[in-house]
Amino acid sequence: MNKREFLKDAILFFPAAATLQALAPTAEGKAESAKTPPDYDATRHWYGMGIDVDKCIGCNRCVEACKAENDVPDEPFFFRTWIERYQIRQNGETTVECISTRAAPPEQAEPEDPTVVRTFFVPKLCNQCAHPPCVQVCPVGATFQTQDGVVLVDAERCIGCRYCIQACPYGARYLNPKTRTADKCTFCYHRITEGLLPACVEVCPTEARIFGDLKGRADRLVRFHRVNPISVLKPDLNTEPKVLYARLDGEVR
Amino acid sequence: MSGAIPQSLHEQLSHQLSQVVGFIYPNEVETQWAILIVVYPYLTGIVAGAFILASLVKVFNVVEVQPIYRLALLTALAFMLVAGMPLQLHLGHPERAYEIFFTPQPTSAMAMFGFVYLWYLLGILLIEIWFEYRHQLVLMAQRSRGLMKGVYGALSLFSKDVSAEALAFDHKASKIITIIGIPSAFLLHGYVGFIFGSVKANPWWGSVLMPIVFLMSAIVSGIAMVMFIYILLSLLRNERLDMRCLDKVGLFLLVAIIVDFALEALDYIHRIYQSEESIGILTELVAARLFTSLVIVQLLLGMLVPLLILVLVRIVNFNEELRKLLYFSASVLILLGIFSMRWNVVIGGQLYSKSFRGLMAYKMEITGIESLVTALALLALPFIILIVLFRVLPPRWMEKNAPAAAH
Repeated sequence: MNKREFLKDAILFFPAAATLQALAPTAEGKAESAKTPPDYDATRHWYGMGIDVDKCIGCNRCVEACKAENDVPDEPFFFRTWIERYQIRQNGETTVECISTRAAPPEQAEPEDPTVVRTFFVPKLCNQCAHPPCVQVCPVGATFQTQDGVVLVDAERCIGCRYCIQACPYGARYLNPKTRTADKCTFCYHRITEGLLPACVEVCPTEARIFGDLKGRADRLVRFHRVNPISVLKPDLNTEPKVLYARLDGEVR
Repeated sequence: MSGAIPQSLHEQLSHQLSQVVGFIYPNEVETQWAILIVVYPYLTGIVAGAFILASLVKVFNVVEVQPIYRLALLTALAFMLVAGMPLQLHLGHPERAYEIFFTPQPTSAMAMFGFVYLWYLLGILLIEIWFEYRHQLVLMAQRSRGLMKGVYGALSLFSKDVSAEALAFDHKASKIITIIGIPSAFLLHGYVGFIFGSVKANPWWGSVLMPIVFLMSAIVSGIAMVMFIYILLSLLRNERLDMRCLDKVGLFLLVAIIVDFALEALDYIHRIYQSEESIGILTELVAARLFTSLVIVQLLLGMLVPLLILVLVRIVNFNEELRKLLYFSASVLILLGIFSMRWNVVIGGQLYSKSFRGLMAYKMEITGIESLVTALALLALPFIILIVLFRVLPPRWMEKNAPAAAH
C-alpha cells in the first residue's frame, strides 16, 4: 500500500467509524424500549412465577384475561399462556389435550373412564428462562432479557425471522400476525413495573399462579419455593426457567 | 381483535390444525419456516459446491476439469446472487433486514451468517471471477465499440495491462483467492448447517453432524448442478462434450456422494442406537410424515440410484452417448434428492411437536410470498442470471478470439 492509498483508506475509515459510533446507542437501547415508571429500579427485582398444579381447575380464565390484556389474536393459533389437561391411565399411557384451543367448553361432562388413574391441568407460559435460547439466537438483539429477568421483544426492532420461535423449547412464542413480529408472554411487564400482578395471576380463582420476586425477602414466591417440592420444564436443556411448578408430574414436558 | 388475521393465513392454519395428530403446543400449528427456507440452503449449497469444484482446477491442478472451471464459477455467482432472496422475502419485516448488518447480535448464528455471505460474495467470488476474466475483459474492451466498450472497460475496472507479468499476477492472485475461498465455501455452507444444528430445542436439527452433513450435501449438489448445466449446454448448442472432463467430474461426484451417504447414515444410526427421549416421535415423524420425501425421494431416488449409476459408469464400458445420458440422469436425480433433503430437514423439523407427543402438518400455499410460485421463481432465477452472465462473460471467448493467450 502506498501513501496515497493509505490516505484514501484513512479518509474513508473515519466517517465509517463515526457512523457506526452513532448507531451504537440504538444498538444498546434495550432498556429504553421496555417502558417503565421513572422511579422503577429493575436491578432490585428478579421475577418468577410459581404454579401450584394441584390448584388449577382448568377454567381457562387466565388465557382469556391474557388475550384481552395483551391484545393477543383471538384465533386458536396464538397464545401467551395456555392450559394443558393430562390424563394418566393405569397402564402408564398418557393423553394430553390443550383445553385452551377448544371453541367452547364441553356441554356435558365426559363419561368417567375407569382406566384413568389421575387427571390434572398444567398452565403453561413463557418460562422467562434465566438462560434464554431465544435471546441467544436473535440476529438483531430485538429479544432481550431485562435486568429484572423478564424476556421481552422489541417490536420496533424485530425483523420477523422467527429464529427465536424455533429456538424456544416450550412453544411459548408465536409470530403476531398483526405486527409481523415475534410475540410472547411478558409477565405483563407494563403491570408488574407498576406494582400490579400479571393479568393471568389477577384473575385466577384458585390462586394456582403465584407471581413474585425471587429477590424479595418475604415474597410469596420465595415462600412457595420454600414449602413446595419444585420442578421446572425440560431441565436438561439448561435454560433455567423461572416458572416454578409445585409437585409436577414427570409426564409433563 | 378477532378477524384481525389475514383470511389466507386463517385458512392455512385451520387446515393445518385439522391435520394435527396427538398433542402439540398450541403455537406450533403455524409452520414458521416454510418453502422459502427450504430453497435457501438449497441455493447456498449449490454455490459452495460449484466453487469447490472450480477450486479443484486452481488449487489441486486437476487439469481435466479445466473446461468447466469458468462455468462452475459463474454457476456459483448466479446462485449466490439469488441465495439471500428467500431469506429476505420470508422476513416479517423485510425493510428492517439491514439491522442484521448494522446491529448484529454476536451470539446469533443467523446474524453472523450475514457477514459470512457478504464476505464470500464480495471477498471471494467476485474477486476470483474478476482476476479470471480480467485479461478477457481488457481484450473485449479493445475490440468493441460504443456502449459495450465502456461496459467492458468498466468491468475490467479500466485496467489495460496485459503484459506477461500482469497476467502472471492475475493467475497467482486467483490461485491465492481460491485457497482462501475453499475454507470460506466450507464456512458458508457449514454455517447454514450450524443455524439448524445449534437449535437444542429441536432434536431433529440439533446434531453436531449437521454442519458437516450440510457441507457434504452442498458439495454433492454443486457438482451435480455444474454437471447438469454442462450437459444441458452441450445439448442446446449441439456441441461435443469433453468426456474426459465429464468422467472426472463424475468421479468427484461419486466420491462426494459416498461421503455424504456415510455421514447421513452415521447420523441416523447414532440417533437410533442412542435412542434418546425424542426417538419415538422422530420415528413416527419419518413413518407418517416424511416417508415419501425421505425414504423414497431423498434416500432411494436421490442417493442410492445415482450412486449405482455412477458406480456402473465406472465399471461397465458404456459408449459415450449412454454415459452422457447416465450422467445427466444421475445429476437430475441428485438435484432432486438434495432438494428433498433440505425439505426433510427444514419442514421435517417443524412437523413434530417439541412436546414429543404429536405431529403437525404443512400445507404449502400456491400463490403469495411464502408459496410454491415464489419458490419456483427463485429456483429459476439463477438460470436466467446465468444466461446473462454467459452473454457478458462468455466462458470460452478466449479460445475463439485469442487462442494463443488461452491458458
